[in-house]
Amino acid sequence: MKKFLEKIVHKQEPKFAKGGKLEKWNPVFESFMTLAFTPNITTKKGSHIRDAADLKRTMMTVIIALIPCLLFGIYNSGHWQMVAETGNRDLVFWADQGTKIVNGLWIVLPLIVVSYGVGLTIEFIFGILKGHSLHEGFLVSGMLIPLIMPADVPLWMVGVATAFAVIIGKEIFGGTGMNIVNVALTARAFLFFAYPTSMSGDKVWMNGLSDRLAGGADNLDGFSGATALGDAASFMSYKPVFDSAEALINNYSMSDSFFGMIPGSVGETSVIACLIGAAILLITGIGSLRIMASFALGGLATGFLLNAVGGNDYFDLPAYYHLLIGGFAFGAVFMATDPVTAAQTSAGKLYYGFFGGMIAILIRVLNPAYPEGVMLAILFMNVMAPIIDHYVVQANIKRRLKRLKTA
Amino acid sequence: MSEVAKTKEPKEPLFSKKNKQLVTDPLTDNNPITIQVLGICSALAITVQVKQAVVMSISVMFVLILGNMIISMLRNLIPSRIRIIVQLVVVASLVIIVDQLLAAFMPDVSEQLSVFVGLIITNCIIMGRFEAFAMANKPWPSIMDGFGNALGYAWILVLVAVVRELLGSGSLYGYKIFGSAIPGEEWGLYTMGYANNNMMILPPMALIVVGIIIWVQRSRNKALIEEH
Repeated sequence: MKKFLEKIVHKQEPKFAKGGKLEKWNPVFESFMTLAFTPNITTKKGSHIRDAADLKRTMMTVIIALIPCLLFGIYNSGHWQMVAETGNRDLVFWADQGTKIVNGLWIVLPLIVVSYGVGLTIEFIFGILKGHSLHEGFLVSGMLIPLIMPADVPLWMVGVATAFAVIIGKEIFGGTGMNIVNVALTARAFLFFAYPTSMSGDKVWMNGLSDRLAGGADNLDGFSGATALGDAASFMSYKPVFDSAEALINNYSMSDSFFGMIPGSVGETSVIACLIGAAILLITGIGSLRIMASFALGGLATGFLLNAVGGNDYFDLPAYYHLLIGGFAFGAVFMATDPVTAAQTSAGKLYYGFFGGMIAILIRVLNPAYPEGVMLAILFMNVMAPIIDHYVVQANIKRRLKRLKTA
Repeated sequence: MSEVAKTKEPKEPLFSKKNKQLVTDPLTDNNPITIQVLGICSALAITVQVKQAVVMSISVMFVLILGNMIISMLRNLIPSRIRIIVQLVVVASLVIIVDQLLAAFMPDVSEQLSVFVGLIITNCIIMGRFEAFAMANKPWPSIMDGFGNALGYAWILVLVAVVRELLGSGSLYGYKIFGSAIPGEEWGLYTMGYANNNMMILPPMALIVVGIIIWVQRSRNKALIEEH
């Protein structure tokens, strides 16, 4: 079967080759062909690193690592849609699985289709205009974008944000591998600043909730669609939702937060799904353990520091609890480890991760205007990564020069 | 834009080819904002609304044309060691005139522009043209140069403001294009779920819009791309 398909496809090849009829479309053809089959071109000369995993296989591995988050995200968004419909936040999580899965698919699949559709279209246009083969980078970004969106976000906004992220965040820097900041987070940051009412607050995390509230649904009196982070951020306001940090943890229990049975962006809630993804990334050697571990460590250390300072309910929130809520785990595993935008040196990765985790918690706790600091922290560290690398390299040079002098 | 400027000018020796180029060059290949990257601060600050951008452009045009003329007339009298101070005196006087005129006849716009009218003094384009052109050329070419540069500044400013006001506030020159987003009495696009892009109102977006203009300009004219 595969041979048969391959034969048909290869027959078309001359049409797309130089001088062929469809020469202009060569990037498109080649991209699809190498995605489907093993490329028939190999490196012929020079000393290159030979590895079975080319960029496309690497990207596919990341997507496989994202599958647990995706599947859980589908079920979770279905669950919270049902919660918003019934107005009962204590709905049993593992009941009505069928409806929840179907509803969840209706939420998540359109997000994925829009994200890939818009992103790949733009990549194809740039590929054809510039005459290079399609860059594979968007395969992962296109999957990450839906996973970091609130369930109720309008689809056209996702499209606009994806277009912005791919053009401004990536293509103008030269495409895949040249971008300074993480593409998926650029899309989210764009939405966050451009359409704050659709990206934050307590109405966007459950599909259909804002419409139902606007329509004045009668079973939603006193109903709150807030996330754990949103409620935690209210500690810094005059009207906190909960009296104490313990009350917050009682409401969003430790195990619920760990398994992800809390509202939030589509794919970010489940820490355990992120950990499975992390394991896949680490075993295949694609994700950096240094970044993940130091990111978590940075968050923990900052949490303990704030605990020690104390004096306010948000400061008193246990340090490890910070790692369970919001997008901390997702950001540490899938966003901070982006090989293009992270620091490259071994020591640099440690600094990069540590400060990323630290800034994430600092933004969360100290600036209630931004309940989730992980996105901004990673974007900030993306920008700082080249400087970190520069100083790490300089320090190494200095150390070795000293050794040279003493010898 | 360049065509418009050309057709306006009658065929006189006063508008020789060289003089014409003084006007047309800054519009495109020597644009003060997109090529020389001068006057960026005001391009960020007052391009949220088209009206502000238009008023700002006219103010800068007034200051730049008159300033260029005055400096050019005085150019042989100004000792070169204190020329910056003299230039500052000229531009400051002109800016104060503009500021007072605006405050008298357009108080609302004057209030919105606030310090940015006063800050025309520090607009790099003005001092740059004084230094680079008016100090070394006769009054008439200096006037043409001032007009050209101000026009080059103006059209970028207005273009950025059009993009930002249209997408950020859904209006143009204060007229609601996309309808109204006021809750309860929405009409136009907003009833279909459209929302204004708040990021367009934030200053970074002005930089990005200017950047996109520079990108388009350089991909149309490869000669503008610097060697690395």
